[in-house]
Amino acid sequence: MNDLATWSNLAALSALFGMMAYALLGGADFGGGIWDLFAWGERKKEQRLAVQRAMGPVWEANHVWLIFILVVLFTCFPQGYSALSVALFVPFHLALAGIMLRGASFVFRSYQSRQEEAAAETSAWGIVFGVASIITPILLGVAFGVVTEGGIRVGADGRVVLACALPWLSPYCVANGLLALAACAYLAAVYLTNETTGALREDFRVRAMFAGTATALLAGLVLLFARHEANWFFQRLFLVRTLPVVAAGLVCFAGSAWSVYTRRYALSRIFAAGEIGLLLLGWGLAQYPFLVYPDMAFVEVAAPLATLQFVVLSLPVGAALLVPSLWLLFTVFKSRH
Amino acid sequence: MAAVRVRATAGRSLAIRAGGGTAYSLAMDNLVAARLQMTMSLAFHMVFAAIGIGLPLLMVIVEGLYLRTGEPHYKRLAKTWAKVTGLLFAVGAVSGTALSLELGLLWPKYMEVLGASVGHLFGLEGYAFFLEAIFIGLYLYGWERLSPLAHWWCGVVIAVSGMLSGVLVLGVNAWMQQPVGFEMESGRVVSTDPLAILRQPLWYSMGLHSTLACYIAVAFAVAGWYAWRALRGSLEPAIRTALLIAMSVAALAAVLQPLSGDWLAKLVFRTQPVKFAAMEGQFQTETHAPLRIGGWPDTNARVTRYALEVPGGLSYLATGDSAAEVPGLDRVPPADWPNVELTHVAFQLMVGSGMVLVAVSAWFWITYLANRQAILQRRWLLWAVVFVAPLGFVGLEAGWFVTEVGRQPWIIQQVMRTRDAVTPVRGVPTMFFAFSALYVLLGVTVVVLLRRLAIVPRAADSKA
Repeated sequence: MNDLATWSNLAALSALFGMMAYALLGGADFGGGIWDLFAWGERKKEQRLAVQRAMGPVWEANHVWLIFILVVLFTCFPQGYSALSVALFVPFHLALAGIMLRGASFVFRSYQSRQEEAAAETSAWGIVFGVASIITPILLGVAFGVVTEGGIRVGADGRVVLACALPWLSPYCVANGLLALAACAYLAAVYLTNETTGALREDFRVRAMFAGTATALLAGLVLLFARHEANWFFQRLFLVRTLPVVAAGLVCFAGSAWSVYTRRYALSRIFAAGEIGLLLLGWGLAQYPFLVYPDMAFVEVAAPLATLQFVVLSLPVGAALLVPSLWLLFTVFKSRH
Repeated sequence: MAAVRVRATAGRSLAIRAGGGTAYSLAMDNLVAARLQMTMSLAFHMVFAAIGIGLPLLMVIVEGLYLRTGEPHYKRLAKTWAKVTGLLFAVGAVSGTALSLELGLLWPKYMEVLGASVGHLFGLEGYAFFLEAIFIGLYLYGWERLSPLAHWWCGVVIAVSGMLSGVLVLGVNAWMQQPVGFEMESGRVVSTDPLAILRQPLWYSMGLHSTLACYIAVAFAVAGWYAWRALRGSLEPAIRTALLIAMSVAALAAVLQPLSGDWLAKLVFRTQPVKFAAMEGQFQTETHAPLRIGGWPDTNARVTRYALEVPGGLSYLATGDSAAEVPGLDRVPPADWPNVELTHVAFQLMVGSGMVLVAVSAWFWITYLANRQAILQRRWLLWAVVFVAPLGFVGLEAGWFVTEVGRQPWIIQQVMRTRDAVTPVRGVPTMFFAFSALYVLLGVTVVVLLRRLAIVPRAADSKA
C-alpha cells in the first residue's frame, strides 16, 4: 500500500467524487438559475420563488464542492493543475467571473427586496443571476471537452502548448458545454418537481421533459463529434471497465425520463442523480489513467507519496465532520414540510 | 525593486522606472498585471473574510445572551447581525473561490510547489469552510426550524470554523515566508513532510496575530456604527448592548494584539531579517539599533529620515538585549530588497492604528466603569469610537502589506522569485482590468445593500 500508483488513484477517485457531488448539487443550482431566467407562464413568480427557496439554504455548501475538486487537484496533481491553469487561462477566468456573479447576484437580489416575494420580480441582479448560471456550466463543460479532446500538449520541459489557437471553440467542446448546460437544467427541473406541488410541479415536469430531451440529443451529438475529435476517448467508452457504467447511466436516464413522464417524482430524482453520477464515473473510467491526455497520466504528475497519503487519509476525517452536517442541512430544509 | 514608479506615457504603454533610474517601456507586463490582480483580489477578499471570522463571534455572544435572559432586543440584534453576515459571507465565499482559482491561473509554477508541499492545508481549510457554509445555511434560514439552543450551536460552529479556516490559510502564508517540509530536484517537489508545517512556530504566531486582527477590525467597525447611532439619538437598549458587546471583544483583542505582534516580530527577525530591516527602515547593520517611530526611508541615501528614534529600542524588541546587533538591508544586494518605503510605512500604519485602538478601548472602559448608565451620553467618547471605527481594517490591510510586500522579491522565500512564478499566458492585463471592474461592481453593490439594511433595520429584523 505504499506505492505511488495506488495512492494517486485514490486521490484521482476523490477528485472524481468531488466532481460528481458538484455536478449533482452545484449543477442543480446552476439549473435553478436557468429556470429563474426562463421563468414563463402564469406562475412565473411562483417558479422563481420555488428556485429561491430550494437554493437559499444550500447553495453555499453545494458550491464548496468546486473548491474541494480544485484543492485535491492542485495538492495531489500539482503539475497537472499548473498545466491546466496555463492551457485554460481564458475559459477558467470567464467561468470564475460567472461563478462570482452567480453567487453574488443571488444574494444581492434577495437583499435588495423588502419581502421575499419581491425578489422574484424581474430585476437587473436577477438577470445577472440567470445569465451567469448559463455561462458558467457551458464554460466548465467546454473545459471538460478540451481536456478529453487531447487539445492540451505538455512538453518534457513542462511547457504547455495548445493543439490549436482556440481549442475550446471546436464543435466537440461547444457540444460538451451545451450538454453540461442541459444536464444542469434537467437536474434542477427534476429536483424542483420534488419540492413543489400542484400546477407549479407540473410546470417543472414540463421543463424536465424539455431539458431531458435536450440532454439526450446533445449527448448524442457529443458522441458523434467525439468519434472524430476525441477518438481515443470515444474508443475508451467501450472498454470493459467503462461500458457497463455508461450503460447503467443510460438506463438511469431512460428510467428518469419514464418516471418524470409518469409523475413518479421521488423515483425520478434518484434516476436523474444516478444518471449524471454514473455518466461522470464512466467519463472518469474512460479518461483514466490520464489527467490530461496524452501527456499527463495521474501517476506521472502526482505529488510525493506523503502528500497523497495525507490528503486521502484526511478524507474519512473530513467525511465524519461533513456527512452528519450535510445530512442535517438537507433534512432540515429538504424534507417534506 | 525600490521606488518603482508607474506612469502613463504616450500611447497606451506604461513605463516602469526602477530606483536605479533605468526606464523601460512595456505594455504592462504579466508580472505587474498579475501582482495587481492578486493585490486587488486579496485586499477585497480579506475584508469579507475578516467579517466572516469576526461577526459570527459577536452574533453568538448576543444570541447567547438572548438564550440566558430571553430579552427580545438581544434576539433582534442577533438577527440583524446574521442578516449582515449572510450578505458579506456570500461575497467572501465567491471572492475566496476566485482566489483559489487565481493562485493557479496567475502563478502556475508557484502552485506546483505549493500544492505538493502545503496544498493539504488548503484541504483542511476546505473542510472548515465547508462546515461554515453548511451551518451558515442552517443559521440564516433555521430561526424557525431549529430549537433556540440548536440554532445557537450552529452559530458557534460558524464562528469556530470561520476562525479555523482563516488560521489554516495562514498556514500556507507562513509556509511562503518560511518554507518547510519539502525537497526539490530540478524544479519539482520530490519528497514532502506534510506535518513539518505543524512544527513551524511562525504559523502559530501569524495565525494568532491575524485572528486577533480580524476580531479587532470587525468589533471596532460595529462599535463605530452603534456609537454613531447613539450620537444620532437612538438610545434604545439594543444600541447600548451592541456597543458594549463590540467594545468588549474589541478591547480584549486590542490589548492582546501588541503581545502577539511582539512574538511575531521576534520570529520575523529570526527568519526573515531582510523583511524585518525593511519594516523598521534599518539600512545599516548595527548594534544598539534604535526603534524608529514614523519616518521615511530614503533608499538612495540608505537612511530613514524624520523618524522619532528610541535608542537601542529595536535591538531590545528584536532580541531582548538593547546592545544586540540588528542586520540591516546592507546584508543583501538591493535587487533582493522589498519595497522599503511601502513596507516601512505600512508597518508604521499598522502599529499606529493598533495603538490608537488600545487607547480608545482604555478610554471607553474607564469611562464605562466610572458610570455605567451614562455611557451613551459621553459624546466625545462616542465620537472617538466613530472616528477610529475604520482603523481596525486599516491595520489589517496594512499588516498584510507588511507581510506580503516585505516578502518580495520572493514568492516562496529563498525558493522561488515572484517573477519566475508568473504565468506565460497572454492576456493577463486584460483579465486584470476585467476583474477590477467586477470587484468595483461587487463592492459598490455591497455598500448600497448595507445602507439599505441600515435604513430599514425593522424590516430586516422581521425578515430573518
